[in-house]
Amino acid sequence: MAYVAVKGGERAIDAAHAWLAEDRRGDPAVPELATAQIAEQLGRAVDRVMAEGACYDPGLAALAIKQAQGDLIEAAFLLRAYRTTLPRFADTRPVETSAMAVRRRVSAVFKDMPGGQVLGPTYDYTHRLLDFALAEPGGAVAEAGTAPPGEPMPGVMDLLGQEGLIEPETGSDNRHMNVPGDLTREPLAFPAGRDVRLQALARGDEGFLLALGYSGQRGYGGAHPFVGELCVGEVAVEVEVPELGFVLDIGDITVTECQMVNQFRGSKQVPPQFTRGYGLCFGHSERKAMGMALVDRAMRAAELGEDVTAPAQTVEFVLSHCDNIEATGFVEHLKLPHYVDFQSELETIRRLRAGVEEPG
Amino acid sequence: MNGYNFAYLDEQTKRMIRRALLKAVAIPGHQVPFGSREMPLPYGWGTGGIQVTASILGRADVLKVIDQGADDTTNAVSIRRFFARTAGVATTTRTAEASVIQTRHRIPEVPLREDQIIVYQVPQPEPLSKLEPSRAETRRMHALAEYGLMHVKLYEDIARVGAVTISYDYPVMVNGRHLMSPSPIPAFDTPKMDGMAALQLFGAGREKRIYAIPPYTAVRPLDFEDHPFRLTRAPHACALCGAGDSYLDEVVTDDRGGRMFVCSDTDFCAARQPAGAA
Repeated sequence: MAYVAVKGGERAIDAAHAWLAEDRRGDPAVPELATAQIAEQLGRAVDRVMAEGACYDPGLAALAIKQAQGDLIEAAFLLRAYRTTLPRFADTRPVETSAMAVRRRVSAVFKDMPGGQVLGPTYDYTHRLLDFALAEPGGAVAEAGTAPPGEPMPGVMDLLGQEGLIEPETGSDNRHMNVPGDLTREPLAFPAGRDVRLQALARGDEGFLLALGYSGQRGYGGAHPFVGELCVGEVAVEVEVPELGFVLDIGDITVTECQMVNQFRGSKQVPPQFTRGYGLCFGHSERKAMGMALVDRAMRAAELGEDVTAPAQTVEFVLSHCDNIEATGFVEHLKLPHYVDFQSELETIRRLRAGVEEPG
Repeated sequence: MNGYNFAYLDEQTKRMIRRALLKAVAIPGHQVPFGSREMPLPYGWGTGGIQVTASILGRADVLKVIDQGADDTTNAVSIRRFFARTAGVATTTRTAEASVIQTRHRIPEVPLREDQIIVYQVPQPEPLSKLEPSRAETRRMHALAEYGLMHVKLYEDIARVGAVTISYDYPVMVNGRHLMSPSPIPAFDTPKMDGMAALQLFGAGREKRIYAIPPYTAVRPLDFEDHPFRLTRAPHACALCGAGDSYLDEVVTDDRGGRMFVCSDTDFCAARQPAGAA
């Protein structure tokens, strides 16, 4: 009888997991992937998983990617679910991105500036032609690039700031002054301060931020952005240990930082000046950092007295929908059985139709 | 389970959730924001209910988990296994034996007792969300008990098609003050909430809200004097146990219009079967 088919959920789950493991392994004749290979050779995937998984650990991110068969949102979910169980020993000091060991640094607003432009490892000027040599073992040729110059690089935004042409960077607008909010501990509330907004964007889905940033460029929000400075490199993470009374450098992390310069016409109180949009994320992900910087600036519309008309400018809309772990969970939960609700809908529609078909 | 605390969540998190629960019980039907954690199960699959259950579970508890009224649906199996694995508590499929019942989309047919707690999984805690998408705005509406928008929606349904078209997740007024989503239970189950002897707790993980109905609290579905609340049920008896008053699932048996109606509450149905029609 058909009804029997809905029984046996327990056995079905076990069988599904076994099938999944077999599917994940693929053809046993092909050597199994080592997580070190993923960490070393699929670095951009690892970086995305660390950013959206909100946990900086390339080894675990590589494991998550392997376990998720390369489904990066699923991998980020695995990492998040692990991260949430970790004890919190301390807060780090804010990372000093001005002291970044820069691998790549470009500015679109000045032809040259102190420290220069450093192209670094970028796909920007590659011709997107499939490199068939890579398909053969040993086809990947590693040639040492030129080391970055290592001279001091004053921030481009500071150069603009010397002339007063760009708004000064404001501190945290959090009520607890200098203690940024943390939406993994406290539920998101509106209006949300810029600290929490930036945290949400840093964890947010790369594709969502890309599309929203793009929508602003196309007219939904009227953005006029320039890349003031885009940097990729290593920054030191420091922890102040109260018992020791000094600062401990606990290691370096790779980050991508984007400072976006935007037009601002000024108001009665403020003379015309440039305004800032800021993006910072784990790993090397320029698309993510740029999308974040565009959306950050768009969400400042109300604060700067601009009309709030577009999705990217609407803080509640952006923050409620940028998290892909939340989004994928809720979209995919539609696969769960809903037949109790559907049954009540069926009966309601049948009753309404009966009412229509029997006039009087 | 090795490496994890009893019932997965750490004690600090449980304490935070229990505080939210106490506040929720003190203000029946009011949505209390809480620092919802990322769980090893996906958002939308019961993370709110799981966090509530994890926070109230003791070693002596007996847990029942149902989805669509059934203990054997895949997600119910998965959640029950999660607690069997992380808390090692006894589990049951018998409603009468359970001290904590976590549910998605149903309330058991057998009335619950004072020594039981029912935990609902809630996808969307905001009853006004389909009428007003901004939570900043709906929060204000709750504060002012400004629920005219929902009355207008019900009125428009009646004016257009002659009846209220909400058949599940039917909005209820709790303790005469807060409009509340009963979670997507069928309207058939809504009256069971009114004056229920058991404590009713609601967890929405993705939306980061907890709310509650203390025992013996008035829960009224929103309606009009001339258009009273109507519950919906397939007009059949259960093909397995013969019950004529339980909520039924419709099972398609062939492609020629064949249908079979069976109890959605599998424990209720199984207990009746020796004496019933099957």
